[in-house]
Amino acid sequence: MIAIDVQKQLGSFSISTKFESQARGIVALFGQSGSGKTSIINMIAGLLKPDSGRIEIDGRVLFDAENNINLKIEERRIGYVFQESRLFPHLSVRRNLHYGRKRAPTGGREVDFDQVIDVLGIGHLLDQKPLTLSGGEQQRVALGRALLSNPDILLMDEPLASLDVARKSEILPFIEMVRDSFDVPIVYVSHAIDEIIRLADTLVLVDNGEIAAVGPVEALTSRLDLRRLTGRYDAGSVIPATVDSHDEKYGLTTLSFNGGTLRVPHVTAREGTNVRVRIRAHEVSLSLQKPDGVSQINVLHGKIREIGGIRDNHDGTTPHDIDICVDIGVPLWVRITRWSLDQMALSEGKEVYALIKSTSIDRQSLGQKTHITEIKK
Amino acid sequence: MDIFTPLEIEAIWLSLKISFWAMLWSMPLALGTAWILARCDFPGKFLFDGIIHLPLVLPPVVIGYVLLVLMGKQGIIGKFLYDTLGITFTFSWRGAAVAAGIMAFPLIVRAIRLSLEAVDQRFEAAARTLGANPISVFLTITLPLTMPGIIVGAILGFARCLGEFGATITFVSNIPGETRTLPIALYGFSQVPGGEEAAFRIVVISVVIALFALAGSEILARRMQARIGTGS
Repeated sequence: MIAIDVQKQLGSFSISTKFESQARGIVALFGQSGSGKTSIINMIAGLLKPDSGRIEIDGRVLFDAENNINLKIEERRIGYVFQESRLFPHLSVRRNLHYGRKRAPTGGREVDFDQVIDVLGIGHLLDQKPLTLSGGEQQRVALGRALLSNPDILLMDEPLASLDVARKSEILPFIEMVRDSFDVPIVYVSHAIDEIIRLADTLVLVDNGEIAAVGPVEALTSRLDLRRLTGRYDAGSVIPATVDSHDEKYGLTTLSFNGGTLRVPHVTAREGTNVRVRIRAHEVSLSLQKPDGVSQINVLHGKIREIGGIRDNHDGTTPHDIDICVDIGVPLWVRITRWSLDQMALSEGKEVYALIKSTSIDRQSLGQKTHITEIKK
Repeated sequence: MDIFTPLEIEAIWLSLKISFWAMLWSMPLALGTAWILARCDFPGKFLFDGIIHLPLVLPPVVIGYVLLVLMGKQGIIGKFLYDTLGITFTFSWRGAAVAAGIMAFPLIVRAIRLSLEAVDQRFEAAARTLGANPISVFLTITLPLTMPGIIVGAILGFARCLGEFGATITFVSNIPGETRTLPIALYGFSQVPGGEEAAFRIVVISVVIALFALAGSEILARRMQARIGTGS
């Protein structure tokens, strides 16, 4: 369990953070650059001292201003994966990996060296110097180094931010494997909603030094009032689903969710696997009648739950489109033009059909959703 | 040992011995001073920095004279050391080691400080998160990453000690077998008629020692680069 309630004044910027998370798996701190995400995990790590408040992890108090508790960084049992790998350049990969390990507290969680090497695929790099590795390899070693210090919690500060797109997708599966193979809670800082939807279970929305909302990823990304923070251009719905069956002939996979089924391009996950589907609002269209003879293969019946207010652009003009939330068993966001809204005379409570093209479902965002019960076997 | 005259051997040996002891006391102090200058901020730092650099800008004779006043048997420090430990510095090789170390000090501090300032402190923070206490971080991260500067500082300092003349002759004079190092022997020969040949031999010896020192430092520096893994 993570319980944080801290305040910190940094110049004219003030951070006031309070959240608790019981969940295992990945807790994501999401917010724009400069919103204070990194400062928050630096306070957990002890790299930044809060002015007041309390930090507790798994029943261990790391910081408590009232009782004058402020554990030293090295006593906090945290593993920190930084944006840059920060591998020690004068030590080999092997000695980097052992650096935290030989200083790790004994008697607690014991992460197996060979398993880490295996999961991260870094066995062939052990005798090399960090600077000879690629950016992706460096970050994998850094992940292993943090993990091998037997931490109570892993902190990751935008570990993919310094990598290019290809390297990012190379590292993401490793982070998923770490999440699924080792029973270590992870706090993951990012300003990329795609990463978070794929990796995280719990989302903490950080805005201007304060916590705007805490909750399951699916719930928060569907909330209109948080849309400003979760991103207008990335607007979409996150739907938890289960792999139902594969259609080899057409290369499609059927997913079932609370309210129906979705057909998406073939995914490699086994049947019964929990996944998370992200459907972008601008890739869904609406129809008043049950459509016939359309190429969209997912037609879902539902009721309009909410029509978003007309937003203002930053330059004072009014955008041409508007977001509508349709209840298809789960909330589904649709972005249509204001013209269509008036033409179709849409209003809250009206029955509509949502049309989703299967190929418009982003496969990258099919995050494997895991539960702690699965990790423990 | 027919290559060298007994006087030359004595001067070479004295030069090496004095330089060695000068380095032995000044290196750790220089490392500490460099650390304070690179990492700490305090009122009066500018003044502190200035005092450290004085030997670089003052005439060596001034340093030698101040040493003579302070560390002579009647000087404040000299009298105290003589009364408590029975050590004298004037007209002794120990005094020469003190003078040489002081003259080399700013050079060593500068070299180490530059290297220390180049050490990315984010590595140190990473080491702390991996469970290393500050002393351990210094020994396993900061010190190895500063090593190129420490080696450069040691070589510059040692060379400066070997060549030290002005402060030494002022403080401890020219005493055969005690303070007559290579530069002082050379000066001595240049002052007597017919000393040209002996003086020339010492010039050659000095050049050879300097070349060896340079070659040695080059090899060390390369090895260091390879160890840190930055390539050359």
